[in-house]
Amino acid sequence: MQDNALLQMRKINKIFPGVKALSEVDFTLREGEIHALMGENGAGKSTLIKVLTGVYQMDGGEITVNGEKIVIHSPQDAQKHGISTVYQEITLCPNLTVAENMFIGREHNPLVNKKAREKKADKLLEELGIPARSTQQLGSCSLAVQQMVAIARAVDSRCKVLILDEPTSSLDDKEVNMLFKLMRDLKSQGVGIIFVTHFLEQVYEVCDRITVLRNGELVGEYLIEDLPQVELVAKMIGKELDELGALTYFEEEKKESGEVFYEAASLSSSDALPFDFKIHKGEVNGFTGLLGSGRSESVRAIFGADKVTGGKVKIKGEDVKITKPLDAMKHGIGYLAEDRKRDGIIAELSVRENIILALQVMKGFFKPISRSEAEAFADEYIKVLNIKTASKDTPIGSLSGGNQQKVILARWLLTHPDYLILDEPTRGIDVGTKLEIQKLVLKLAEEGVSVTFISSEVEEMLRTCSRLIVMRDRHIVGELKGADLNQTQVMKTIAGGESENEK
Amino acid sequence: MKSKFKNFFKGGLGQLAIPIIAICILVIFNLFRDPSFFSIAIQHNNDGNIVLSGNLISIINGASELAILAMGMTLVTAACGGQDISVGAMAAIAGSAFVKVLKSTSVINGGTVIAGFLLACVVAMLFASFNGTLVSVFKIQPMIATLILYTCGRSIAYWINGGATPTVSSPIINAIGSFIPGIPIPTPVLIVIAVAILFKLVFHFTSLELFTQSVGINGSAARLNGINSTFIKLLSFIILGICVAIAGSIGVSRLGLINHETLLLDIEMDTILAVAIGGNNLGGGKFKISGSIIGAYVIQMLTITLYAMKVSSTDVKAYKAIVIIILVVIGSPVIKSKIQKLISRIKARKQNTIAKGAV
Repeated sequence: MQDNALLQMRKINKIFPGVKALSEVDFTLREGEIHALMGENGAGKSTLIKVLTGVYQMDGGEITVNGEKIVIHSPQDAQKHGISTVYQEITLCPNLTVAENMFIGREHNPLVNKKAREKKADKLLEELGIPARSTQQLGSCSLAVQQMVAIARAVDSRCKVLILDEPTSSLDDKEVNMLFKLMRDLKSQGVGIIFVTHFLEQVYEVCDRITVLRNGELVGEYLIEDLPQVELVAKMIGKELDELGALTYFEEEKKESGEVFYEAASLSSSDALPFDFKIHKGEVNGFTGLLGSGRSESVRAIFGADKVTGGKVKIKGEDVKITKPLDAMKHGIGYLAEDRKRDGIIAELSVRENIILALQVMKGFFKPISRSEAEAFADEYIKVLNIKTASKDTPIGSLSGGNQQKVILARWLLTHPDYLILDEPTRGIDVGTKLEIQKLVLKLAEEGVSVTFISSEVEEMLRTCSRLIVMRDRHIVGELKGADLNQTQVMKTIAGGESENEK
Repeated sequence: MKSKFKNFFKGGLGQLAIPIIAICILVIFNLFRDPSFFSIAIQHNNDGNIVLSGNLISIINGASELAILAMGMTLVTAACGGQDISVGAMAAIAGSAFVKVLKSTSVINGGTVIAGFLLACVVAMLFASFNGTLVSVFKIQPMIATLILYTCGRSIAYWINGGATPTVSSPIINAIGSFIPGIPIPTPVLIVIAVAILFKLVFHFTSLELFTQSVGINGSAARLNGINSTFIKLLSFIILGICVAIAGSIGVSRLGLINHETLLLDIEMDTILAVAIGGNNLGGGKFKISGSIIGAYVIQMLTITLYAMKVSSTDVKAYKAIVIIILVVIGSPVIKSKIQKLISRIKARKQNTIAKGAV
């Protein structure tokens, strides 16, 4: 069956401190195929790619190219074995010519024959049907053409395996079509292409096969014909529905009739399209949707994290203005950001300082929390949330991901918020901590705190939320509650409604 | 008590290790070279006051302006991840403003000195906020933003006093620049202590330290926690401005005149160096003011040691550079992590032998 297998990855393992990023993942790429690598954030796609390109060293497993076992220690090694990568961001030099970009750093002859090089470049461009001239400045080409030049550069080094990591995210439809044509040409020349994207339609347009990863594990490999879009979404998000957990929550759902705590009308920000939203006291709701659907952008707008561009906001029925995080905090809103490293932790500061930070900001510049008070707070929350740290003076950066997350949670709990927004609080952390955080969310709701909970794992959302807002392409496309709150319905709404996909 | 002591060495010395070791080495070196280097004499100076004198005193005294500037620079470094290279030029401006007020009255009394100093502060804070605005609002790299004042600052100072280098003589100015009658310690040293205490108090009564470090380490997270990072960065520059005014006024008082071309010339690089030797990351983030102060004394001690060894003043800079390269390389993360590995290996071996001995 795998006689024309170009690249085989067997039982690949990769462990990061505290997290198993890849566990026993298999991946096979055949000659002349376009193979989509799918999975939500944290599924392990990029880790797998990085193992293949030599950015990371794998902790177990083997890689064979054309049946021959190879070892990849660096991106140069990968190149040597015919594995080339084109990344999402264009990594070429816009102020050089197309020809220079195609050959720079790859010619070993110190005396460059400019004419010969341009001729060679023109020939390659023509072969690949790329609408650019070799003498043109790269910066003067459209993004799509630049992307294609990057591919031409990769292809020229006699590449057998081409990895395209989110190449279409900044292209428009026409440009995407140009890129697809190039991909099909390369495919007919026998190149194997690994296509990483989060645009489902594009997968179905251009790919032959799909490999799905979830939580660092292989879900399966499928022919495109055998896997309708709804099922793909289900595979990506995971299906093991903890029905019991979900059921217990349904009974408490009536609580929703309490007073409305927060209400937004056509709220928009620099990154989020206008949307309406409200949440009741003591309610847990969720925003769901695939990556890039706008769920994070929406909650960021609620918190004032991005520039708010319009809309009306009411808290407890009163008009308020929230334009920056401090406004939101003063109105009792807390926000745990999606990207813990970038937006959450202050890595070099101690656990204690990280815990008191938000409360300190709210108390004000001139009312510092005393050392003894801070230590008492830190001790309290280290105990309550069961944070595993050497001491309260340990820099947060040296804690495991799950414990870092608990510290950030402690930071917001300490402010005693009325409304807590948790964006992917359980991503990349171990199962035990995940459960603890879910329990904590339900407990907070019982105490009357409103919670917005975002997770890539639908089962987790079903277990905790009483109302789910579904987003697709930066719009709210549905609101599910009560009996509709089940895996199938969520998948259908995410994937694009029954009518389109139940063929 | 014992654990507190241990903690101090564990947490506190981590960053201060290099400057403290450097100062120890310099002291030991000088003790071997010439034990009399550290002799402190009690003399009567020209004004008839009883004063302390000796190399040690001149080191501590001479580093005063540097130490004060280093404290302010530490804050700017921590918040903005860059340095202000215009402190020397700004000190000339502040000094000129100081002298301008002193010259405006026929008799210099306490009131005029205070007025002059306050004006110097206001002027320095204004110029510092110009730098700070470029950095915090317009997001220009600190070194580029402050290059402007570095270039034109001394010309501005020249304009303030109409191109002259006026002298000011008054017992009060003399007291600020050298000794207060009845106190044998040089006044600039006392001012350094006062400024250090002031910083300590500010850190105690405000959240400046926590906010500055947060902004410096992770600006994005700081913003999402409601910290106004623009304000914090601007504030760090304004505080540096006050330090500049103090340093400039001391400089003027020492000489009894303002020379806009030479006042605290080239001090910006020594200031940045003091911050670096103090173990502070020049890329911003966690900081220790005490490290920078020690750093300032290390630099001054090095200079005085070289002079005491009869190294000619033109050669001093070269020798200084050699020592500084060594200090900075030892303090670099690469060497630090190697040393840490070595220590943990030695510890592990020790434990092994103990375990074996037990068996």
